[in-house]
Amino acid sequence: MACAITETLELRRHRVLEASQSGHLRALHRRVILNQMVQYQCAQLDTSFAALSDATRRGVLERLAQADASITELAEKFHMTLTGMKKHVRVLEQAGLVVTEKVGRVRVCRLGSRRLEEEAEWIERYRRLWEARFDELDRVVDELKRERRVDDTRSGGKSVDAGENGK
Amino acid sequence: MKNPTTVERKSERELVVTRTFDGPATIVFEAWTKPELLQRWWVPKSFGMSFLSCEADVRTGGTYRFVFSHPDFDQPMAFFGRYIEVTPPSRIVWTNEESADGPVTTVTLEEKDGKTLLVLSELYPSKEALDEAIATGSTGTGAASEQFEQLDELLVTLV
Repeated sequence: MACAITETLELRRHRVLEASQSGHLRALHRRVILNQMVQYQCAQLDTSFAALSDATRRGVLERLAQADASITELAEKFHMTLTGMKKHVRVLEQAGLVVTEKVGRVRVCRLGSRRLEEEAEWIERYRRLWEARFDELDRVVDELKRERRVDDTRSGGKSVDAGENGK
Repeated sequence: MKNPTTVERKSERELVVTRTFDGPATIVFEAWTKPELLQRWWVPKSFGMSFLSCEADVRTGGTYRFVFSHPDFDQPMAFFGRYIEVTPPSRIVWTNEESADGPVTTVTLEEKDGKTLLVLSELYPSKEALDEAIATGSTGTGAASEQFEQLDELLVTLV
């Protein structure tokens, strides 16, 4: 049941994002910790879920899917005070659904999540490259270790021999 | 079991990769600094690429040049740069000069109880440079990487 709701919200979120223009989605700084991807995505989903539970915030996303907007513009469109809209935007920002940027005296809001997804995908590919390299490197390290061990045994044996010869 | 490889975008302009190896730092360092050993793991078999040449003078001030071929590309690809610092067996720093805004890569090796923790950092000149690398990666090379994946699938069925 919870899953079904989450899926619907995710679908909705994707549809909103699909409608957006990727050119608008620049400049999102966020830490993406790949080894904690699963936890991260769950946490992300929770905040997304919370962010999307509000009709105004869903409306804001749909509005931003058409074009970027300032907080003032959003407040006017949704007949709210500036402070009220700022709160909503902050929730969306924390969920990674929206990014804001100060341009002069105006704070511009835009959809932010696709950029994050792209970044996560890229980082995962980058991780896989290093993983593949390092798995091969393991083999080289194992082989060198084995060689060293043989060398050690040999030189160890020699010194014993030398000792015995000395006697 | 394989040790996990992790990647983190540490800051606006830095990526950090970590991995532990079951061997001493001297051996891991050797595998990074001898071209004949480096060649054996730098290009993973699954990527379908192969070395055409691998020149690396791994010492402070030395240079490297790796040239690869891939069946999907007509022209070979060259990667080159300089070693800014080489301190056996714990630290290698080099530049990546095949593109204008390439990162500086730092590898550190820290040995503990016969195992070696490797931390690789790629520090880009600016946030924009890393964003750009990611942006082009998700379109241009991204498509290539998908091709590689398809090629991998094909190879699996042929084996």
